[in-house]
Amino acid sequence: MSALLDHLPEFWQGLVVTLQMTVASFAGAAVVGLVIVAMRVGPVPVLRAVATVYVETLQNLPLLVLLVLAVFGLPEIGLKAGLTTTAVVVIALYEGAYIAEALRSGVNAISSGQGEAARALGLTFGQSLRHVVLPQALRTVVQPIGNIFIALTMNTSLAAAVGVVELTAAANRVNLLEAQPIPIFVGAGLAYAAIAACAGFVTGRLERRLAVAR
Amino acid sequence: MSNLLFDEPGPRARRRIRLATVAGVLVLLALLALAVRQFAANGQLAAERWQPYATWPMWRYLLGGLWSTALAAVVSAALAMAAGIALALGRLSRRRAVRLPSAAYVEAVRTIPALLLVYLVLFALPRYGLDLPLFWKLVAPLAVSNAALFAEVFRAGIMSVERGQGEAALALGLTHGQSMRLVVLPQAARRVLPSIVSQSVGLLKDTSLGFVVSYAELLYSGKVLANYNGLLIQTYIVVALVYLVVNASLSALARSLDRSVAGRGGARRRKITRVPR
Repeated sequence: MSALLDHLPEFWQGLVVTLQMTVASFAGAAVVGLVIVAMRVGPVPVLRAVATVYVETLQNLPLLVLLVLAVFGLPEIGLKAGLTTTAVVVIALYEGAYIAEALRSGVNAISSGQGEAARALGLTFGQSLRHVVLPQALRTVVQPIGNIFIALTMNTSLAAAVGVVELTAAANRVNLLEAQPIPIFVGAGLAYAAIAACAGFVTGRLERRLAVAR
Repeated sequence: MSNLLFDEPGPRARRRIRLATVAGVLVLLALLALAVRQFAANGQLAAERWQPYATWPMWRYLLGGLWSTALAAVVSAALAMAAGIALALGRLSRRRAVRLPSAAYVEAVRTIPALLLVYLVLFALPRYGLDLPLFWKLVAPLAVSNAALFAEVFRAGIMSVERGQGEAALALGLTHGQSMRLVVLPQAARRVLPSIVSQSVGLLKDTSLGFVVSYAELLYSGKVLANYNGLLIQTYIVVALVYLVVNASLSALARSLDRSVAGRGGARRRKITRVPR
């Protein structure tokens, strides 16, 4: 137990990095997901195809492969960025594909009368997406998006494998110093569980507040 | 596909679609040109930097890695599925003493990163005298974490079987265990088959953690190869393409299974959204 308490600053630092990465990459993923889903439900065949290929490609590649490719491969073609920045961008692009799929299932769940009514009122594609379809789609996918958020938090740990010192890497470093793996790794696991529990709590509240009586 | 947001386009809409098509293609071409320029400017397009991947020894090495990936994936999938069925049945059990621990396991493991479990097996277990062989250092944590995911898939499948099926079996005089084994589970198994396949894609993606364990699966083989021949970006692109081909085929299989299960009728399907891993 003392191993955990003696190294609280390192753990705290790791936790902060994990939280920063989670928030930044989730924000990025939300933007990517919205753009991709707009392309995918839109009327332009080329954009639909691009969005489909994007989602299929990223869902079928391991995140670690993308991280390794970005961290070790991209400098070879002159694209250099900070380690954490690279990891955040890669995670955002990766999770964006999943958010796009969740949103699309939400869009598909809306009855077609909603879209028809929006068009009958003269709303353009962008307007009907923004004012009619997405507000309803977002309500139905609060739970799936919450699950994606939790999975994203877990996925930021993969950045440890390419050298970012976040919570998992911090735990590993402390363990190499102290050699008391059980309290250290259990402590880190509890921190992740706490983040997931918070996310679950928030999505539960959100879902209840946003639910529309039909 | 969803035609929710637009009608059959009229002349003006067609013009706008054409415009968007041209703009989209131009942006794509610009991105492609930018990528090619970056590759060329850094000398990464030179033929001799790609040539090795047209030769058999390189591919033999990578395919060896792919074989190890498949082996790890199959073994951990088998273990995770067996444990998953047990956990799903446990979670649906009538006894609290069985139900609560199963639920706790599933919920707890869902919130622990797989990498943390890998580190635990890698660095913690040896201290307590349990030094597993390399293969099991990868497979054991994957089985532990994926068991929870498979449990949820099986549970959803069992719950999707109509109550009447189990009740009819009990009315015929089958015991609870018999009705589960002979009536409910076979129907559930058929319904969850597509989800099982798409979960297995996730598991196959998880085996890339062999990179951390230094078990010579596909990604780690790529790393070894890249360190040996210095062709970093080329090697990792080839590795990514191999993963893409394998996983995309599995995903396509899952989709076609999904259609044929749905086509058989009767199966009420809930749209499940995949969770990233």
